[in-house]
Amino acid sequence: MTQLTDLTLAGIRDGVAKGEFTATEVAGAFNAAVAGAQDALNAFIVTTPEAALAAAAKVDADRAAGQTLGKLAGVPIGMKDLFATKGVQTTAASKILEGFVPPYESTVSQKLWDAGAGLLGKLNLDQFAMGSSNESSAFGHVISPWRRPGDTTALAPGGSSGGSSAAVAARIVPAATGTDTGGSIRQPAAFTGISGIKPTYGRCSRWGIVAFASSLDQAGPMARTVTDCAIMLEAMAGFDAKDSTSLDVPVPEWAASLSGDLRGKKVGIPREYRLDGLNEDVAKSWDAGIAWLKEAGAEVVDISLPHTQYALATYYIIAPAEASSNLARYDGVRYGQRDLPNGAGLQDMYAATRAAGFGPEVKRRIMIGTYVLSAGFYDAYYTRAQKVRALISRDFMAAFEQCDVILTPTAPSAAFALGEKSNPLDMYLGDVFSVPASLAGLPAMSVPAGLDRNGLPLGLQIIGKPLDEQGVLNAGLAIEARANFVAKPNMWW
Amino acid sequence: MTVSTYRIHGATGEWEVVIGLEVHAQITTQAKLFSGSATAFGAEPNSQVSFVDAAMPGMLPVLNGECIRQAVRTGMAIGAQINKWSRFDRKNYFYADLPQGYQISQLYHPLVGEGAIEISLDDKNPDAETKIIGVERIHVEQDAGKLMHDQHPTMSYVDLNRSGVALMEIVSRPDMASPQEAGAYLAKLRSILRYVGSCDGNMDQGSMRADVNVSVRRPGEPLGTRTETKNVNSVRFVMAVVEAEARRQVDLIEDGGTVSQETRLYDPDKNETRSMRSKEDAHDYRYFPDPDLLPLVLDDAYLAECLASLPELPDAKRQRYENALGLTPYAAGVLTAEVETARWFEVLVTACAKAQGKPEAEVAKQAANWLLSEFFGALNKIGKDLFSSPVGPEGAAELLALVGNGTISGSIAKVVLEKMLETGDGAGVIVEREGLKQESDTGAIDAVVAKILADNAEKVAQYRAGKEALFGFFVGQTMKAMAGKGNPQLVNEALKKALA
Amino acid sequence: MSVDTATVAKIAALARIKVTEGELSAMVPELNGILAWVEQLAEVDVTGVEPMTAVIPNALRLRADVVNADPLTGGDVRDAVLANAPAAEHGFFGVPKVIE
Ligand SMILES: [Mg+2]
Ligand SMILES: [Zn+2]
Repeated sequence: MTQLTDLTLAGIRDGVAKGEFTATEVAGAFNAAVAGAQDALNAFIVTTPEAALAAAAKVDADRAAGQTLGKLAGVPIGMKDLFATKGVQTTAASKILEGFVPPYESTVSQKLWDAGAGLLGKLNLDQFAMGSSNESSAFGHVISPWRRPGDTTALAPGGSSGGSSAAVAARIVPAATGTDTGGSIRQPAAFTGISGIKPTYGRCSRWGIVAFASSLDQAGPMARTVTDCAIMLEAMAGFDAKDSTSLDVPVPEWAASLSGDLRGKKVGIPREYRLDGLNEDVAKSWDAGIAWLKEAGAEVVDISLPHTQYALATYYIIAPAEASSNLARYDGVRYGQRDLPNGAGLQDMYAATRAAGFGPEVKRRIMIGTYVLSAGFYDAYYTRAQKVRALISRDFMAAFEQCDVILTPTAPSAAFALGEKSNPLDMYLGDVFSVPASLAGLPAMSVPAGLDRNGLPLGLQIIGKPLDEQGVLNAGLAIEARANFVAKPNMWW
Repeated sequence: MTVSTYRIHGATGEWEVVIGLEVHAQITTQAKLFSGSATAFGAEPNSQVSFVDAAMPGMLPVLNGECIRQAVRTGMAIGAQINKWSRFDRKNYFYADLPQGYQISQLYHPLVGEGAIEISLDDKNPDAETKIIGVERIHVEQDAGKLMHDQHPTMSYVDLNRSGVALMEIVSRPDMASPQEAGAYLAKLRSILRYVGSCDGNMDQGSMRADVNVSVRRPGEPLGTRTETKNVNSVRFVMAVVEAEARRQVDLIEDGGTVSQETRLYDPDKNETRSMRSKEDAHDYRYFPDPDLLPLVLDDAYLAECLASLPELPDAKRQRYENALGLTPYAAGVLTAEVETARWFEVLVTACAKAQGKPEAEVAKQAANWLLSEFFGALNKIGKDLFSSPVGPEGAAELLALVGNGTISGSIAKVVLEKMLETGDGAGVIVEREGLKQESDTGAIDAVVAKILADNAEKVAQYRAGKEALFGFFVGQTMKAMAGKGNPQLVNEALKKALA
Repeated sequence: MSVDTATVAKIAALARIKVTEGELSAMVPELNGILAWVEQLAEVDVTGVEPMTAVIPNALRLRADVVNADPLTGGDVRDAVLANAPAAEHGFFGVPKVIE
């Protein structure tokens, strides 16, 4: 029999439902895997083995009582530590929130518990989801379970959902939540050889998720297969009256409708994404992806997204601007850490608390955001960026006149080593392929496409029309079926 | 339209005052602007605070529709432009009463645009001297929490009950030129808000506060530098602030100083304004559209519904009272200033018309006069007002009907009213129980008159000799003998006949 | 547009982040690098383009005026609201004394 921890989310759910094993056995196996990997990978900020067991016990009892089981019954998951979890510390990987125990549960996590999932623990991330390597966490870097063959250099699991990607890839969780603001689900998924989907902006409620950039943040699942992503997204998505930007539309049965048959579908290949000096292996995997989609019956069309080159600059104005305001609430008054120097007044307390509580990348983005919104600069930076954003969105809408989905690489390279990118700008440029879809609020996913010459995973990104998660998942499934990605990290921990 | 002649007499000459008011009016709602917590006044600290109001991580705003409806209705009541496309912006600054680190407000695209309010400067004749004060905009925004500074030696305490309560900020043009105009504007605005029902106008509970912008200049010169005195919470204080602040500015300039644009606080005990230390640093609010919210789009049907729901407003009502009911401008002005007074009066008129079987226009004057001269006085004596009065408009109409049909006289009516206020019993019951019915039996009256004339033969002779002033004496004696219950008209007639 | 030390100090003060002299001088070139890079947006022709307001077309919903309709966004949760406060006394949050 395969190990329980090797099973997919669907495999666990079905096995529990059929009685092949109990949810409690599953939770126990993953709890052990989590504990065994924690020192090496640092994927979790807190682990909650009892919570996982309690949820499992409930599922087992429900099953014994003959009750209908939820979509995720018996599946223990990891929760990115950006989702508020009632009674369990929630930090956004920042010192400033250390010790904060929310008296409420985020909408998305509540939906997952309602579907029968259990909490293995809170996953590490880049501080306030700001970063692409998981090096900005106040609780230590997450180490990717992947290594270059014959090389023990610690690699980045991607970011900001790096704890999530590392944990899923290491098979210490079958699935995890992520959030994606400019690529934070897709890039770490690509770096670690797993799948992840950022749904259409507004599909998943943002209520109870620590905000980074409100107009961009979206939650989504990260798992080993496209099917697992579809199942989990069904449980996470749905209208929430508590979030004004939530979309009041039904949640389709994505998993049941999955089909890798793309006959009659058109796949757009944006010429602007063929950057000068694009990494050869990345270019090769993109070509392979094109071939696979053709094989699946799709017609491939050349499209243009003319404002692509401006997406990153646009993003690095809008996201910091929103963040600078969203993070103003961390002031040491109502929760989290307070730094009150002797004799300090209120405003000194704020400045000291925020200086001590925020990490360098968070401060950097707050500073940029504060600057671009400040008097005299607002129009030149923020208003202009929102106009360019509208143009970027228009580009996509025009492209979708010609195609159903768009295929691109997820990231310009495979995982880099921790500490390799010391210049913030270098790090920002890594988001070049993922940011445009975020700016336009489009559903986008990364699926594993193969390994580069160093034996590290590469991902392909599929971008869909608004609300067409099905089209994205289907194309993902078609690639998954042909990429035959079976590589997994050697367990060195 | 009149030009204010209000001037400050400085050491070096005359100065004009220029005043603009930014009024924060709490919108009357059950729940807060962006959360479901309650807005009731006087609750236990932090009991009306949701996770949203406390700006806990991950909390999001969801707009209360009633706040929008009331702000739209208010805008319509001052004839303002309603913007069908508006938006909420964040105003970013750090303060302990502002949990989010920003106030959700409307800077770039407010809900309500340009409107106007007409003020009257002469209470005696509200039609005589009026002035139009421009309203630049009304926007909807969140209130802040409250800080308490004297509960602890080294700490201020923060109560977030008010945090997130819905406010309308009503921004006037700098069109006022005297303390009286500023006071009249605030009073009129309050009256309109209460008519509309969008704000209860309870200034002592903080439901309405004015930021008073004051500057001074030589007559005809360009505008001077203004100061903003925050959170002034009564009409009287607004007038006092204008006076004190204008005087301070004049003295400052005449002493060679310059006015700095700053935020100030009013100290009613010392009747002076002082600079606010906490607001000293130059603000850069970094306004930008709140990305947690979408633009607010209203359609024609929504606006039509708001318009249809508006009541008759004070100016229209006052005109109607004058033109259709024949009241004096003064009476119409007093009766329409407060929506509850007008409501009370209208119930009274309807009840009077019904009780007396006459059209409203015929009984309105009697009712108005009685209300203004008799009833207000009687209430005042027992320390009550119209709204705490034990006698309601229907009860009052019963009393007036008894006067109208001759059952009791006007002077007995005063006695009956006193007893009504005392006991809460109806006029008819009291008249019956105390035997206060007017004597209209001419035979009975004639008999009393005959006795009075017989008892005062000497005075009768003097009267007949031409001392006609004695007629009042005979009336008094007759009424006294009848314990005040004689029908005055019949008593007069009987005396005239007997003395002829 | 580039920033100097004084501007960065002003921005840090606005953002209520205490910075040392050393941090300040390190931040100047860093922020200038990023600002110079985002400057490229100046070359985009945005004539007649409205700034984006809603990422996905969606209208602002109005909620009914009901108190505590959803316990998650209603009041009467004082203990929960105060539970994480670094200083809470007598039902209030405590902050260093403010002079108004
Ligand atoms: Mg103001
Ligand atoms: Zn205001």
